[in-house]
Amino acid sequence: MKFIDKQQSKNLLFILPSLLGVCIFVLIPSVDVIRRSFVDAKTHHFAGLQNFVTIFHNHAFLVAAGNTLKFIAVCIPTLMIISLAIALLLTSGIKGGPFFKSAYLFPMAIPVASIALMWRVTFEDHGLLNGILSSLHLGTHDWMHSGFAFWIVVGSYVWKYIGYNVVLWMAGLLAIPKSYYEAAWVDGAGKLKCFFYITLPNMKSMVFIVTILAVLNSFKSFREVYMVAGNYPNQSIYMLQHIFNNWYRELSLDKLSAAAVVFAIVILIFVMLLQKFWASESLKGDL
Amino acid sequence: MRSKRKVLLYILLFLLTLLLLSPMYFLLEGSFMSKGELTKNLSAVLKGGQGFASWSLFPTDLSAHSYEKLLIFSPTFYVMFWNSMKLEFVILLGQLLIAVPAAWGFARLKIPFKNVLFTTYIVLMLMPFQVTMLSNYLTLDKMHLINTQASIILPNVFSTFPVFTMYRFFGQISDSTIEAAQIDGANRFQIFMKIGLPLGYTGIAAAMVIGFLEYWNLIEQPLAFLTDKALWPLSLFLPNIGLDQAGVAFASSIIVLIPSFLVFLAGQDYLEQGIAAMTSKE
Repeated sequence: MKFIDKQQSKNLLFILPSLLGVCIFVLIPSVDVIRRSFVDAKTHHFAGLQNFVTIFHNHAFLVAAGNTLKFIAVCIPTLMIISLAIALLLTSGIKGGPFFKSAYLFPMAIPVASIALMWRVTFEDHGLLNGILSSLHLGTHDWMHSGFAFWIVVGSYVWKYIGYNVVLWMAGLLAIPKSYYEAAWVDGAGKLKCFFYITLPNMKSMVFIVTILAVLNSFKSFREVYMVAGNYPNQSIYMLQHIFNNWYRELSLDKLSAAAVVFAIVILIFVMLLQKFWASESLKGDL
Repeated sequence: MRSKRKVLLYILLFLLTLLLLSPMYFLLEGSFMSKGELTKNLSAVLKGGQGFASWSLFPTDLSAHSYEKLLIFSPTFYVMFWNSMKLEFVILLGQLLIAVPAAWGFARLKIPFKNVLFTTYIVLMLMPFQVTMLSNYLTLDKMHLINTQASIILPNVFSTFPVFTMYRFFGQISDSTIEAAQIDGANRFQIFMKIGLPLGYTGIAAAMVIGFLEYWNLIEQPLAFLTDKALWPLSLFLPNIGLDQAGVAFASSIIVLIPSFLVFLAGQDYLEQGIAAMTSKE
């Protein structure tokens, strides 16, 4: 085995080109960003934790961070539960599974700019939704400029990624050996019991990957928001990306750097927690 | 009783299909409406006038006018189309050369430090563009790449996302397979080419399909790094024409959708298998 271990490290050669690029474009510049987070932008003197104190007293930053957290907290469970329910239906032995799967995946192919176009036509003050409501004498509402905007973003996120998640869950469900269920049936376990004692525990390792991808995609919802509402949308959908963007345009590089450092630390903690609790043993072992 | 429930189930799934696909129909219908009908329907949104936008299930006045205007009288559309194609091609080719070996390397590497490295890759992959925008800009500026297509290409070639998705695929190949090849005298490179690539190619194809959809929708990067509009990708065509040319907006939605639709159709099986393999146990 010693022989293999020694040779093993040579596999690092395959990673090197990628690692080199990542270092040049992200890691080394990040060191500069960390440095800037401790420096006053005007005087160029060491400022200690002053920049961090500043951003945590910045109202816009706190609103944006709160919205982003709320968005993730709402979107991800919603998407996961709905797509798991559909995946359970589609794997319950009905016909036409492939057709539905394709249809549900399709929204992923619709260009971001077109989604933004549809939002505007549908949800603007004089848009289609208000047209329908007023013809029913239900009164109109300024959807994009109220707290409802948040739910539009949630809805379009779920709409876009539902198929992707259905496929993820289906793969997990189909990987559970049928014999487990048969054994449970023999022992007299019902459908619900099977779900809670066989399906869920066996899907545990998958949750890691599904969650990571769901978070990744949730950050991409910014594109639609940005295209519809620009730099200053309704406060309910003012996300961290907005504030980063705005500080970048205003050249508030000290605040921007401090916020980037905080963001990276939060993501790192999040990923490590996920790995600790959800990643399968094999993943933990070699990851 | 059972069959009744099944019918209900199908109705539910079918309604969901309609709901998810209706935006697509909306775009398609809008693109074939005549200028008059479209203006009539959308004038409330376009001109901010009285009343509300309206829409009918079927267009009363079919016309290819919008397509004509887009495809014959908008030369910038073609420039942007080819810009996008070029970006796609070079980025995906770059990822094939950089990310595929990296994913293979991670799957085969078993050293303690790997954990740290791979976690770093996951964290970087999760960083929204805006968070790394500053460091990105400073690097690209130092390399004199701002306002060139390389400023879009290079950071994306070294994206860690495809490494993450393909890693799982290569991880499924058992160590005993590799050892057998080693005993037969194959070197590391040969094993990668003869075992890794053939066994992992669905994963590679899946990463490429997802990559295509991603880079077909570039918004923030070109806005931040490309000041010369002649270099802009197609994804910025529609945002730039405004609702006053609604017909062209709808038609361009459909035309822009076609390549991603084709890639999606061609790659759907890979996409499903690729997504599936990411979740399966090693």
